[in-house]
Order: sequence, then C-alpha cells, then structure tokens
Amino acid sequence: MAATFFGEVVKAPCRAGTEDQEEEEEGRRETAEDREVRRQLARKREVRLFRRQTKTSLEVSLLEKYPCSKFIIAIGNNAVAFLSSFVMNSGAWEEVGCAKLWNEWCRTTDTTHLSPAKSFCMFYHLKSNPSVVLCQCNCYVAEDQQYQWLEKVFGSCPKKNMQVMILTCRHVTDYKTSESTSSLHSPFLKALKTQNFKEPPCCPLLEQPNIVHDLPAAVLSYCQVWKIPAVLYLCYTDVMKLDLITVEAFRPILSSRSLKGLVKNIPQSTEILKKLMTTNEIQSNIYT
Amino acid sequence: MFVPCGDSVPDLAGHTLLMPAVSVGNVGQLAIDLIISTLNMHKIGYFYTDCLVPMVGNNPYATAEENSTELCINAEVYSLPSKKLVALQLRSIFIKYKSKPFCEKLLSWVKSSNCAKVIVLSSSHSYHRNDLQLRSTPFRYLLTPIVPKSVQNRIQSLNWEEMEKSPCIPEIDDSEFCIRIPGGGITKTLYDEGCSKEIPVVVLLKFVSEGDNIPDALGLVEYLNEWLQIIKPCCDDPTASALQWKMPSSWRLLFGSGLPPALF
Repeated sequence: MAATFFGEVVKAPCRAGTEDQEEEEEGRRETAEDREVRRQLARKREVRLFRRQTKTSLEVSLLEKYPCSKFIIAIGNNAVAFLSSFVMNSGAWEEVGCAKLWNEWCRTTDTTHLSPAKSFCMFYHLKSNPSVVLCQCNCYVAEDQQYQWLEKVFGSCPKKNMQVMILTCRHVTDYKTSESTSSLHSPFLKALKTQNFKEPPCCPLLEQPNIVHDLPAAVLSYCQVWKIPAVLYLCYTDVMKLDLITVEAFRPILSSRSLKGLVKNIPQSTEILKKLMTTNEIQSNIYT
Repeated sequence: MFVPCGDSVPDLAGHTLLMPAVSVGNVGQLAIDLIISTLNMHKIGYFYTDCLVPMVGNNPYATAEENSTELCINAEVYSLPSKKLVALQLRSIFIKYKSKPFCEKLLSWVKSSNCAKVIVLSSSHSYHRNDLQLRSTPFRYLLTPIVPKSVQNRIQSLNWEEMEKSPCIPEIDDSEFCIRIPGGGITKTLYDEGCSKEIPVVVLLKFVSEGDNIPDALGLVEYLNEWLQIIKPCCDDPTASALQWKMPSSWRLLFGSGLPPALF
C-alpha cells in the first residue's frame, strides 16, 4: 500500500507482475463455467497459419513446409514499409502463408489489398530462390501468442542451416542513456546478434542496460538458444506511425550480406516508399 | 526445458541451485545478479520456456568491450563448479496462468538433475507485516521437511527467524493459519511443491517495499552469505562486507535516462 499526496491509501503497483496469490485464489474459485470461458478465450487467441489461396491451414510449421536458408522478418509498419520498398520491389515474391490472430490490440485482416493501416502477418518466398523467406508482420502479437507464433513458423525442430534477420522499431523514449533522450538524434539504428552470427553488424550494438521485448525478442531468443545465426536491427524513432525518415534509417542494412542479391533498383524504391506514405496519409484522418 | 550452451549437458548432481522468485522490488533477481557478478559465474545454458515474457539484451555482467556482446535471454543458468553452485536468473515476469506450469517444469528439472537443494531468494510486501514482524528482523526463512538435518541445524545455530504462519483469510477471526507470502510471486508455489514432491527447498526472503531495492538485495545476499559463506567476510564491520559485492554494469540507469537540462 502507499499513501498518495492527498492522504488516500492505494494499492501500489508491484514490479513483480501479477500477484500470484490472487491468481492462485482465482484458480481455486474457478467454476466449470469459468474454465469453459477461459478455454474459449484461449481458442479465440490461437495463432493460425494458413494459405489464403487454398483457404487451408498449414498442418506443419511454415519452415518445415518451406525450408529456408534465409529468413527475413519485418515487425511494425516502418520496418514493413522498408522491406516492401527496398527488398520486395525487386524479384517476384510468392505468398506462401498468412498468420491469423486476434488480441485486444488487433485483429488480422483477411482482405487481399494490404495497406499500411491494416493489421497483417504475411509470409512470402522468392520465386527465383524459394529458400529465401520473408515475413511482413504489421500486427501486434501479444505475449501469450508469441511462443505459439514461433512454434507455427519455426516449429519445434530448430533448423541449423538458416540465417535470420529481424527489423523493427521502438520509441526513442525506450532507449536508456546517461544523456537526456531529448538530446538524442533520432531515428538511429542499433543491433543485437546471436552468438553464431559472425558477420559484423551494419550499425553499433545495443548497449546495456537496454533490452528488447515482444516478438522480436521471442525470435532472437529462439535463435540464440538453438544456435541459429540471427541479427536484429532496431530503429529507435520518435515517430511510431509510418514515417519516411524512420524507414530511411534502415538504409545501412542494404549493404549487409543477408540482403545482398535481394536489393536492386534503389531509386525506384524511394518512389514506392513515397507512394506508401501518401496512401497512408489519405487514410489517416478523423473522417475515415 | 534446460538447453546447454555447449554440446554436452553439464552434470549438476549434488549442486546447490540458487534462484530468484520474481517478487516485490525484484529483490531476489537483484540478489542473484550480485551473486553471478561477484563470483564471476559463467553461463552454462538456458531455461527455455513459454512461461516467461520474452526479452533479450547484451551481457548484463560485461566488464570489458570483449565480453559485452554476448546475447542474453530471459532465463539463464550460470555455474561455479568450485563451490558446486548453480544459479538460475529470471529476467522477466510470467505470462498469465503460466506460473504454476513453470514451477512444475523447473522442479522436474531439479529432480532429474539431482541437485542437492534449491535456495529461493525472494521478498514479501512489508506492509503486510503484523506487529511482531514490524519489531523484528526483516529476514525470514522457510525449509521444506526433506531439507537435510545438517542444513536445519546450521540455520538454527544462526538464530534466524522462521516465516510465521498467518490467518489464511485475515478477515475471519477463527480462520486457519497457513504460510502466506504476499508479493512473493512463485515463492509459495515452489515451497508447496517442494513439500509435496519431497524436494529440498530453502526460501530466504526479506520484507520490502518497492523503491530503490539495491540495499534490500545487498541485505539478502549478506543474509545468504551468513549461512553459505560464498564469499569470505573480510572483517566484522557490516558496511565493509557490503562493499565486497560487485554490482553488474547493467545496473546503470535503473531509474531511467538522464534528465533534460531544460527541466531546471
């Protein structure tokens, strides 16, 4: 308990997370009805992978069905826009799967036209080299869905001959530094890599005490534990919505070995990016 | 499940496992950080589980540029073979409804590894103390019945206070008494499971409030050290002994980034 300035006594939030004693008591008081509601909610929150073309779910994990040597994933709208403009513009990419999930923050869309404003999680492979798999994840994957997502995509048998690259953004206020965050020149790029990733990263490594959570952390943890070479490029920005300058901050990655051969037509990329920005601006006003 | 860093599974038979409960003030976790950092324990594996919120970062115990780039995840196992000590560090909170499954998986690993005993470092809300507890030391211990007699005798010789039982339902006058550890996270579950599965579990906890809990963590490791003697006390002066514990480099900026000068 804590006393506020006005003399009222309130329950102070606990850094330990949920009060386990409450959860235990909740478990004891749970009726059959409560258990059924919980089961149904868990079913609603299940992550499903399926092929939109055939409307069938994948029986095995995605990378078991489509073995890959290179897995590139963009998480968040700016990272997705970067891959769309600079990587997916060159070469023909075929859609191989789509993740369907629901949580309090988002519901993935079923429509074929994917705009930056919609929530989606799509998987593609390069037609000329199907061992290159790309994921565009624009939806929030909640903490109770992250491991499920990993299982549905990577499966339980870790693939050794694969390299993973993750792109994502975080707000600059999340970045801890001894200077004030207002003095930082954002956007800026930081990297984290697993032990088996031997290539030098395209930007400085993320210093302690900074950490990463959510889906990017889930993917990188999986790679570290199962000794898969992986790198996470994290762009700290003060604009979380789709923003040209934030997307451009990912440019140093274009020189990496993982994206070599996949990136062509850079002037065209800038045009595609500008078009993505305008589409988004038209949609984001209070009348839509 | 335990996944070793190297190719072979290390032999943990007869080792003492130190672990934190994610609890009020994160005192147990801070204490484990101090132990790993001071004893320079090296990482032997990961406790890969879907029960904890994922997180990654670079080496929190880095002492130089060379060792600062090792990636660390939310649950890792460190070892000090010379003292037969193993430490499990937990760096994030449990996903809802996953704390009990975690305890089951953890204790099953402890049993299959033949660890000699588990020591859980924890904390409990100081505002829940009764009048007697307010007037006594803030440290408490708990032992499961299977803990060897030698350990029980040693702890008794230290004149430590055992965690008192309190009314199960405080609002009811003739309620039964049981062990309650408010704010202790999985401490009570580990203790109960340890009792029922006959696993030697020793709980060491401190009554704390949320705030700057570094002094509480130092207090808890000193309390543990009274018994285990993991570092030799240099002299009788309590303030000097606290200086023997090495704070990890990741403890910088615990309360956020620097302040904007314009604020003043």
